[in-house]
Amino acid sequence: MSVTAITGLRRGFTFGQYLICLRGITWREALRFLHQRERFVSALVRPLVWLFIFAAGFRQILGVSIIPPYETYVLYDDYVTPGLMAMIQLFNGMQSSLSMVYDREMGNMRMLLVSPFPRWFLLTGKLLASTAVSISQVYAYLFIAWLWGVEAPAWGYVAVLPALALTGMMLGALGMLLSSVIRQLENFAGVMNFVIFPMFFASSALYPLWLVQQSSPVVYTVCRLNPFTYAVEMIRFALYARIDWISLGVVVTMTILFTAGAIIAYDPARGLIARRGGAAG
Amino acid sequence: MSTTIVADPLPGTARDAAPIVPAIVVHGVSHAYGARKALADVSLIVPAARFTALLGLNGAGKTTLFSLITRLYDTRQGSIDVLGHRVSREPSEALRLLGVVFQARTLDLDISVMDNLLFHAALHGIGSREARRRANAVLQEIDLADRARDQVRKLSGGQMRRVEIARALLHQPRVLVLDEPTVGLDVASKSAIVRQVRALVRERAVSVLWATHLLDEVSPGDAVVVLHHGRVLASGDVGDVVTAAGATDMRSAFIALTGGVPEVPE
Repeated sequence: MSVTAITGLRRGFTFGQYLICLRGITWREALRFLHQRERFVSALVRPLVWLFIFAAGFRQILGVSIIPPYETYVLYDDYVTPGLMAMIQLFNGMQSSLSMVYDREMGNMRMLLVSPFPRWFLLTGKLLASTAVSISQVYAYLFIAWLWGVEAPAWGYVAVLPALALTGMMLGALGMLLSSVIRQLENFAGVMNFVIFPMFFASSALYPLWLVQQSSPVVYTVCRLNPFTYAVEMIRFALYARIDWISLGVVVTMTILFTAGAIIAYDPARGLIARRGGAAG
Repeated sequence: MSTTIVADPLPGTARDAAPIVPAIVVHGVSHAYGARKALADVSLIVPAARFTALLGLNGAGKTTLFSLITRLYDTRQGSIDVLGHRVSREPSEALRLLGVVFQARTLDLDISVMDNLLFHAALHGIGSREARRRANAVLQEIDLADRARDQVRKLSGGQMRRVEIARALLHQPRVLVLDEPTVGLDVASKSAIVRQVRALVRERAVSVLWATHLLDEVSPGDAVVVLHHGRVLASGDVGDVVTAAGATDMRSAFIALTGGVPEVPE
């Protein structure tokens, strides 16, 4: 059937409108975060338990030799801090994925997806908002760690910001991709067991890779293949105002791949969501 | 069992007022979830500035059709146009013209009524000052201005629904689609919502597609589409559908067409 479209409708959106939309998504994410105080507390308690208890125990038995970016021997507390920063972002990425599954089950997600803005923009906006939340958590952790005596060079606290933005995006995009393949909220426990823990433990977050290599070449290979290792190393170097180019390359590549995967998964034409079916009616 | 009545392409006032662009044109749409077919060659027209009831029992395919109209799912077979904009080709233009109320609650329960409205406005690129002005205006209209700062979870089911309708109107859409908006509401809330939506058609010439399985929500002056097992069995003005089905009223026409008994509210 051929009909004349309603005219007088301005096509597309202005740059300002894109910013309004992005601000709205970020604002809502921040509001939700503020309304879930226990989420903020647990996001901090988890790494602090590792720092206060785990690191205290390991300080005496695990020597960390001089490896880049460190120019001297460092305490285990210093070594483990970048890993715990990445851990905050890993959990936040998965938490964000959990909330997307919840939103999808509850129906909230639909309002985001029926916005006239391009879907890639909406999903990227959500990713940026979730990353901003994770960065605020990391800085809160860094402040407490500083009070505990874990100090990085002053400039490092600024230099680490872009690194955190990138690693937050990578882990958030991974969470978003996972949210598209998780059918129900109950299945999320599987993500904890099969994604979060293996990613965290099979990385350089807790032990230097040379130490892992001495113990088990197989685990060392797994660690080298784990993108989380590169997120940790990127943060570690950035905290000393240095760039680890390999880590940067891996993190950027994986961010692009995970984001593209999530956008495809949520695409109404190609994604997985449409194939699964919805409520009867 | 069921008789297929040839659909009148432009029922009622839309036919008389041609060439007004129909609000929604669904043409030859089929959709399946894996092997399960949800819609089979569905064609229908929602005329402009009228109340169109999409009538069907549970499982008829109404929600799937809504998901396709709102582009939650992509239309793989057939086409859907909203005021002349093909949803698959010009999703942004089509979605800007649509206000949507889904069957499931889609409000964020943890944030305030006002924040829900402002979030929706942002998703349509409306700046905060204008968004706040519009939000206050729609809250006045639905008599919930005093609840603007309340957390959504503190509202009753009927109030939540009214907020959802207000939210759907915030970006001033030309077409409003509502998927079983009165499900689970008490009689007073139901009639308030039906009254409010009918006023939009009358006073603002908004086109409405209202999915329901409740016959009491259909009025003699409405356009109606009967959907059953993913197929359109009849469409047109209520009077035309009743006559064509050889029935005396919409209830018996529905039974004659589908073989099913629609729900009658207590």
